[in-house]
Order: sequence, then C-alpha cells, then structure tokens
Amino acid sequence: MKPKTPSKLEKVLAAGHLAVTSECGPPRGSDPEVIVKKAELIKDHVDSVNITDNQTSVTRMCSLAACIRLKLLGLDPVLQMVTRDRNRIALQSDILGAASFDINNILCLSGDHQSFGDCATGQNVHDLDSMQLIQTIRHMRDEGKFLGGDDIKRPPEMFVGAAANPFADPFEIRVPRLAKKIAAGAEFIQTQCIYNLDKFEEWMKQVVDRGLHEKVSILAGMTPMKSAGMARYMKNRVPGMDVPDEVVKRLSDTPKEKQAEEGINICVEAIQRLKEVEGVRGFHVMAIEWEEKVPEIVERSGLYPRPKVD
Amino acid sequence: MIVADKKPIEEIIDEIKEHERILILGCNECVTVCEAGGKKEVGVLASALRMYFLNEGKEVKVDEKTLERQCDHEYLEEIRSMIDQYDAVVSLACGVGVQFTAEKYHSMPVYPGVNTCFMVVTEERGLWTERCQGCGECILARTGAICPVSRCAKRVLNGPCGGSTDGKCEINKEIDCAWQLIVDRLKALDRLDDYEKISPLKDWSTDRAGGPRKVIREDVQQ
Repeated sequence: MKPKTPSKLEKVLAAGHLAVTSECGPPRGSDPEVIVKKAELIKDHVDSVNITDNQTSVTRMCSLAACIRLKLLGLDPVLQMVTRDRNRIALQSDILGAASFDINNILCLSGDHQSFGDCATGQNVHDLDSMQLIQTIRHMRDEGKFLGGDDIKRPPEMFVGAAANPFADPFEIRVPRLAKKIAAGAEFIQTQCIYNLDKFEEWMKQVVDRGLHEKVSILAGMTPMKSAGMARYMKNRVPGMDVPDEVVKRLSDTPKEKQAEEGINICVEAIQRLKEVEGVRGFHVMAIEWEEKVPEIVERSGLYPRPKVD
Repeated sequence: MIVADKKPIEEIIDEIKEHERILILGCNECVTVCEAGGKKEVGVLASALRMYFLNEGKEVKVDEKTLERQCDHEYLEEIRSMIDQYDAVVSLACGVGVQFTAEKYHSMPVYPGVNTCFMVVTEERGLWTERCQGCGECILARTGAICPVSRCAKRVLNGPCGGSTDGKCEINKEIDCAWQLIVDRLKALDRLDDYEKISPLKDWSTDRAGGPRKVIREDVQQ
C-alpha cells in the first residue's frame, strides 16, 4: 500500500507497522503551554496525536490552533473536526487552513450534542454529517475541487479518518455502517473505547468476513480507567459505551490506591490480546487527562520504540 | 398540524396591562385541536384576565372571539367591523395567525398568547410529537418514511451517530433514536440493503437557510 499523502500515520500503516495514536484535549483558555506540555509527554511514544474538537460540547481552544502548535513542534497531528459547529463554508475553509500548515490527518465526526456542554441553549449546525464530511475532504483532495465546483489551488493532502463504535445500537448495522464510511472515503478508523473485548472481536470478525479490513486501517480505541468510579460512570452515563460488569468488578475489588494501576493493567492486557486480532492495524490510546500514562501503556504493550518512517 | 403551548399568564399580563379594551382572538384550527387557543381556551384566558383586572381595581373590557382560521383573509375580515372597539388583541393562534392579524390591522397592537412549537402528530390526548420541520425537499422515500431531519437531534442523514443506545437518543432516554426507527422500518420493508446507500449533501436552500420561503402555484392562481 503506497501512501497517498505525507501523513506520518499513513506511512507507518503503509509500512505494515501497528500504528499508535493518542489524543490531547485543548485547554479551556488560551495558554499554548498546556497543549505543548501534553504533547511533550507522549510525542516519542506515538505516531500521531489527535486534537479533540470541543469534546462533549464544552467550549475550548480550537482544534486547528492546537494542531498547529503540535505541527510546529514537529509532531503529526490529527485534526478532529465535528459537523456540529460549522457549515460547509467553514468546514472547507478550516480544512484549507489546516492544509496551509501541512496538517495531514483529519478525523470526521458529528460531535456530541450541544446539550451536554456549556452552551446547551445554542444552535447546532449539522449542514453535513460525518459521512458527508469524509466525502467532502476526499473530493477536495482527490479532485482538487471545492464543493461548489471551483478548482482549489494547492488542494489539501489529508489522510482521512472516521470514528466507529462497534458497541452502539442497532448492532446489525454496525458493520454496514463501517462499510458506508469506507465507501464515503474513510482511510483509517479510530474506534470507541473498547472494554467488551468479546463483542469487539465479534465485530472485527464480521469486518474481516466482508473484507473491509483490507480497505481501511482500524485502530482500536483504548482508554485506561483511573478508578472503579470512572468505570461505573462510563458504563452508566456515557452514551454508546459498553463496559462489562467484570471490568467494573475487577476495579472495585481492587483497593482504592491501586485502582489506577489496575486500570493500566486492564488496558495493557486488552492491547496485548487485540494485537493478535486479524484486521487490527493499531491502537488509539485515549488517556483522558492522564497523558503521562501513555508512555507506560505503549511500552508495556510492546509497541515501543515507534518505527521511523521518512 | 401545528402544535402550540400555552404562555404563562404572567407573561401575557405583562404585555397587555396598560390596555383597557382587549380582544382575545382564538382560532378554530390546529390550536383548537391541541387545546391551546380554541374557543374554550379563549374563554379561560378571558376569565382569568377579567379576574386579574378586577383584583387590581382596573376597569378593563375583555372580549372573546374565535375565528375559523387566522391564516386566511376571509376569516380575518370578520373582525374588521368590530376591531375599532379595542386597543389590543391577544391572538391565541399560532405565530402565523398572530402575524397575519397584525398585518391586516396595521395600527392595532397584537400580542401572542401561545408559544408556537412545531409540526406534530397527536400521539394521545395531551401528547404531541414532532414529525416534520418543513425542510422543503422531502427525503422520506429514502428513509422508510421516518424523517431524520425532524426526529434526529443532529439531523444526520447517514445515521445513527455513536450515541444511539437501546433504541434511544443520546440526549434523552425518552426520545427514540430516529435511525433505530429507520433501520427497524427498512428491515420490516425487507429493504435493509438500502441502508448502505449514502445520502448526498442536502440542499438546505429550500429550508430556513434559504431565507423566507414561498410556494407559488400558478396553476391554482386566478
């Protein structure tokens, strides 16, 4: 597989390595040091770093500006872009802005509903959906044209990604939905956090049976639990999350001061197991406000050192 | 139909308290069906206002009238001969009726007596749920006759989003996930293969985005 863009993530995957990505949430303020510090913690242990786009609809520094900070440090950022806050003019415009800084990865999302965030009385946009955003970027990149049909001078060179949630309902369309995103133009997938390994493997088997793993690079989403309380919260309160009872029990049976360590153990064991699953091409390690643990997880999972690609 | 909900009476009083001759104007269409602005509700509001002014020691005339519709010239003309008796109208019609009344009687203050909501079905008495946002370009043929524009919180045309859980929407467990309904319906129609057809970018120029809209039908114009 020959890379189509200068994306480091794409090159790592094209060379046949298991890729490792992570993510950083921008600060609720304008201090650039916050994002730089988070990046410094993880930069040697991952290939690329996602920057979230006003996640959970809480207003933060914009993903694009934070991505530029990472790019200036020599990292390979993944610009997360949600369709909640921008119409097709703003989406295309921000894509060009990112491309002007040679940001070479983008992850297309619809975004959490604004009612979860700090502007619950605001409007949402949803001019496009995430599927159509994938199409739009591929159109801009591959045809070199705007949606309106005009030529783009220096089109964006972006490796295009999407999210997949193997656990959301209705289960019978979880694989068809992935097929649809691939048909729209998705080249890599970062999944929802995986705790129910059996169900994920069942989904992956269906993915492989349809041959979809050959058309898209699937990175398994991993989030270490900090405590039994977090596990219960994720299980009961986060939409589309599947946390089996045994995971909650394993953490709650652990003394409080050791729960964080046990959470890391669970995460490492899951990565070890999923490394062997056909079609898994890497891992997306989302250590939420716990970036300092990413190096340990990556090392203990046997994914360090990271490969060098030019 | 269009559903409207009652406005708090304090809000109505606050708008009209300086007036002395008030007409409460109902409508016999949607707002009657949803029991927010028909003849009965006109009577209830008028009585409450009379009671309020009486307690305040103010002499205010509050009259009642309900028209067949407030969105047609011919019915609104019925009050032309009496409108000069009043110095304010509280319309219990939807926002369309309020505005059309105001357009017709240009120097008369007209206040809304209800909050106009959306286009609905009556699921049961006292429960109305949204079905249409009037986007102007109907896509129901593609979605098993279930509308993601009006029934999905993110109006995703290629859903569901990752927040669909047990058939419910991420924003509220009381709200059905529109895409669960669409998938169920496609299954019932033996059309689940259609799920994988990608819905193209929608032309929103026929929606609110295109500015105030009109339908012109020359074939029915005289």
